[in-house]
Formats: sequence, C-alpha cells, structure tokens
Amino acid sequence: MKHRTFFWFFLPTGLAMLIFIAAPIVSVVMQSLFVPHEAVLVETENCGPFGCTTAVAVDQDATEQLRAEQPLGRFAGLEIYLDRGHLAFGEIAEAWLITTSLGEFFSELGDLPFYRALSFTLTYTFVVTPLLIALGFAIALAVNSLTQKIKGFVIFFSLLPMIVTPLVGSLILFWMIDSRGVLGTLIQYLADDQTLSLKASTSLMWCALIIYGIWSSAPFAFVVFYAGLQTVPQDTLESARIDGATRWQQVRYVVLPHLMPLVTFVALIQLMDNFRVFEPIVGFNASAHAQSLSWIIFNDLGGETRQLSAAATTSVLTIIGVAILLSPVLVRTWRDFKGKA
Amino acid sequence: MASAAQRRPTVLVVVSTAFLVLWLLAAAFPFLWTAWGSFKVELDFFSISNWTNALTGEATENTYRRPFTGAGYEGAWVQEEFWRAALNTAVVCFFVVCTSLTIGTLGGYALSRSNHNYVFWLLIAALIFRAMPPITLVSGYLPPFFQWNLWGYLPTAIIVLVAINQPFTLWMLHSFFQKIPKDLDESARVDGCTQFEAFRFVIIPVMWPGVITTGLFSFLLAYNDFAVTAMLLNENNRTMVPKIAAFLGTTYTEGNVMFAVAASVSAVIPLFLLVMVFQRQIVSGLTAGAVKG
Repeated sequence: MKHRTFFWFFLPTGLAMLIFIAAPIVSVVMQSLFVPHEAVLVETENCGPFGCTTAVAVDQDATEQLRAEQPLGRFAGLEIYLDRGHLAFGEIAEAWLITTSLGEFFSELGDLPFYRALSFTLTYTFVVTPLLIALGFAIALAVNSLTQKIKGFVIFFSLLPMIVTPLVGSLILFWMIDSRGVLGTLIQYLADDQTLSLKASTSLMWCALIIYGIWSSAPFAFVVFYAGLQTVPQDTLESARIDGATRWQQVRYVVLPHLMPLVTFVALIQLMDNFRVFEPIVGFNASAHAQSLSWIIFNDLGGETRQLSAAATTSVLTIIGVAILLSPVLVRTWRDFKGKA
Repeated sequence: MASAAQRRPTVLVVVSTAFLVLWLLAAAFPFLWTAWGSFKVELDFFSISNWTNALTGEATENTYRRPFTGAGYEGAWVQEEFWRAALNTAVVCFFVVCTSLTIGTLGGYALSRSNHNYVFWLLIAALIFRAMPPITLVSGYLPPFFQWNLWGYLPTAIIVLVAINQPFTLWMLHSFFQKIPKDLDESARVDGCTQFEAFRFVIIPVMWPGVITTGLFSFLLAYNDFAVTAMLLNENNRTMVPKIAAFLGTTYTEGNVMFAVAASVSAVIPLFLLVMVFQRQIVSGLTAGAVKG
C-alpha cells in the first residue's frame, strides 16, 4: 500500500488516538509539573477616625493577569511528586531515622497514602493473577472432558462473571458477602462469631477484593486455555499414553508445555488489567481498608475540589508502573516482529 | 474415542464434576440470588432475622400481601428516573460502536495491507495506549473540556470512549484482516479498482464476522465503563453505571438499597442476552489474540 493511501485510511483513527490519548498524556505530565496560581493578595489599610485597620483582599486584576501570562500555573518541578501525598521521600527518610524496627518503619510507610495504595495494588495484582490462571486452567481441563451438549451451557454461565459490568458484579457479590447478606451470615455461622464483618476488618476486606478479582477474571483464562486445549497434538498425547504416562503426567509433561505461551499471554494481560483495579473498591465500599492507585486518582478528581495536579501526578506514577509491567510484552512483540522480518 | 485406556477413573469423574458444579454455582448463583431478591423488600433481601426469608419473602408478604414486589424497580425506574440513564447508555453504546468500527476498520485494514516499518511502531503505540488505565487520562481531559464548555455532554463522552477503544479495535481488526487473503483485493486492484474501491467492494462483503466480534467488545467497553463516564458526564446525562454508583451514595442513607439492587439487575439483563446470542463470537474474540501469539 502506498504511503499516501495508508495515510488517508489511517487518518481518522490516528487522529482520534492522537487527540484523546497522546495529547492528554502530555497534558497530564505538564499538569503534574505545575501548580495552579494562588490568588494575588493585597493588603489595604483603611484609616478612619478611630485608627487604622488592615484588610486582606484578592487583587482580581493582578490574579487575572498572572493567570493569563502563565496559563499553565506556577512551575513546581518535582515538588508535587515529593509531597506527602505522593512519593514523600522526606517523610520516608524521617521515618527511617526515627523508627527502631523494620515493622515499625513499614507501619509508618503504610500511613502515607501513595504507599498504602501501592501496597494494595501490587498485592492484588500479584495474588490475583496466578490464582486466576490456576482456576481458569482447572475449569478448562474439567470442561474439556464434558460431552458436547453440556459444554455450551457451562461456557455460557462461566462467561457471566467476566462479561458483567465490574461495578455491578462487585456490588452483587458485596451484597451477599456483607454481614447482613446470605454469605456473610453463613461465614458468621461457620466461624461462630456474630461480630465478624467485612466493614470492620482490613484483612477480610482484602480477601474479599481478591476473591472478587479471581471470580471476575478466571473466565478469561478459562476461555483462552480451553481454546488452547483443542490444539494439543493428539499424537504426542497418545505416545505418552503408550509409554505409560499417568493422567497427571500427561497434563504435566504434554498439555502444560503446549499451553505455556498462552499462560504467558494471560499472565501479561491480567497483570496489566489487575494493576488498574478500581471498580471493586467502589462497589465494596472498601476505601477505608483498601485503596488502589486508580482509586486515588478518581478520588482526587471527584468532589468539589478537583485536585488536578495531585491526580495528574498519581496518574504519571501509575503510567510508569504500567510501563514497567508492560516492558516484557513490548520485548516479546519486538522479537516477533524481528523474527518475521 | 472412548477406548479402555482413555476412560477416566470414577474418582476423577466425580472430583471433576463436583469441581465444575462448584464453579458454576460460584459463577451463576450470585446473579440468580440477586435477581430473585430484587423482588423483595430490603428486610428480606438482607436476611437480617433469618436467611430463609430471602427465599420466602416473609417481610415482603407482610408489607405487600404478596411474596414478590416490583417496588424496587418502580423506585429506580420511575421515581429515580433510571430510564433516562438507560436511554443515555443506549445512545452512548450505539454511537461508540458505530464510530469506532467505522474508523477502526479503515485503520485496521490499512495496517494489515501495508508492510512499511511504521506499521510496527503504530501497533506498538496502540499496545501501549491499550495498557494505559483510562482513569489516568481523565485529568488531561478536564481542563480543556471545562474551558471550551464541552464537559458533561454525551457526544464528548462518546468521542473519548471511541478513542480509548481504538487501540484494542485496531489490534483485533488488524489480525482479522490479515486472515483475509491479500489476493482478493490485489486482483481487484489489477482490474482497475482504487484501494478504496477494492476495500469497498471486495473486503467489506467478507469482513462481517470479524467486525461483529470486534463490535461486541467495543459495546462491552462502552457499556461497562465507569471511570470515564462518571468523570465526564453531568448529572442529567449520566449513563447506567455511574447512576448506580450515585444511587449508592444517596440510598444507603435513605434505606433504599433496593433501588440500587433493581437497577443493577436491570443493567445485567442486556449483558445476559448478549452472551446468550453471541457466545460463539465472544469466545472466538477472546481467543483470537491469544492462540496465534
């Protein structure tokens, strides 16, 4: 295809991505480096017959002028990155000096919002991803041995947790796990503890969020692995069987190696997707116990005071995190491309 | 197939079946339970005194003299005007799917039929954009949207969702168009068609299976989005998901959780039907990227 033709074909989609993805990223980086101007204050002295009083007023003209001259705001450099709400190096250094034990240091660290969110996001990402792969693989193996008639039915219900809106799905689970819900009551009964409640316990809340994560993403792994199982070479399986391999050995030494590329694929996709965990925290009303990076951005942006600079800074840090997670994918795609050329 | 060597031992069959039943219960039971409970009053839905009330609807019977009530649905759809949100969602989804498929097929076709170096870099850029959590872009949208008075309107949200959708759409359609033999449009070119005519008369008639699959995922993205629509739409233009989230803020205090329950069930029903009709396409779409990689 000629460059010219390609250009016209690609123009609409390219333009959309340029204006609404690439440009906002630049804008987000800029916002994280600048803070909005504060209003210019002037002190005026009113002298009357009973002495002088000073009043502080906003100088509207000067403020307007300042904003017009520097529309981006005051250049702050890395100031916002280093403040208490973000990387907080100063507070960390202080905590390191004051605290006597490592545990104490980490609990100090847990008081800083960014690190609290980062610790939950990373825990969630790296606990949910391997577990959902294992569950998805198990379901795929079990479904694969069913008869054709039941398969469609089972696949239909298995897809639901993934297809359903994340916020709605997490609400539906939350209403059941809640201490007043049916599962919550069951757990209280099993643990023989009437006071057991999701809202009161951080560790329970984390478990619930992780269970939601596995529940909602396992179907994806299942579908991918199930498709992969259809392509397992039957000859190899048969020769393994003739050599006396047990069922477990067949799975371990024939099926699993064949599916390994798919496992990598699912792991990489899910690492990226779990890193942006957000809706379940809203749905579970969990922000008192668990916050994620996306939740912090959402929280800063919402409400009466839209803290754009703070949100932008967290956004940039999140994008850096995604970039780190993405780098293996990029390397892989690059190798594929080089291999083809 | 069922030779003696391959027949599964009974223990394995039992374990495997039990596991599947357990999984199906986990996957489907929450929806059935909530759908059943949405026709009850709050006292029954949350089994405060006795969990069997959720099944029999004792408190519901005391209030309405029937074990079922549509009060939650009436409250959500009529009193809280959930129909407005449903209408907004329909508009947003329709235009997002149409627009992103139109510009996506053009772009994806071009990417699949060109082998210059920049194609690779465009695909890589799309991959990076795909990995970006949409919420990180929102603080970039807000200042210009406020300044030019674009904030809060449906078309703004639609264009943003289309753009966020593009990277994924391009990747899907790119790999799909690559499976359509190049000889097809090349022979049309030899016969004197321009590239666009070749696309219009030769490719468009055969591209529908892939386009439908891609369209399904565009629809899901637009339908399920919470972060972008909650941030970019004003109160009157809210779509269903932000509206449900807004219910939570107000209704937990008023004790009208049932509105949110009814609204959630209503929002799940279209998805339920979608999976029923398009199960095959969804499965093939999920595996399209995976099996070849």
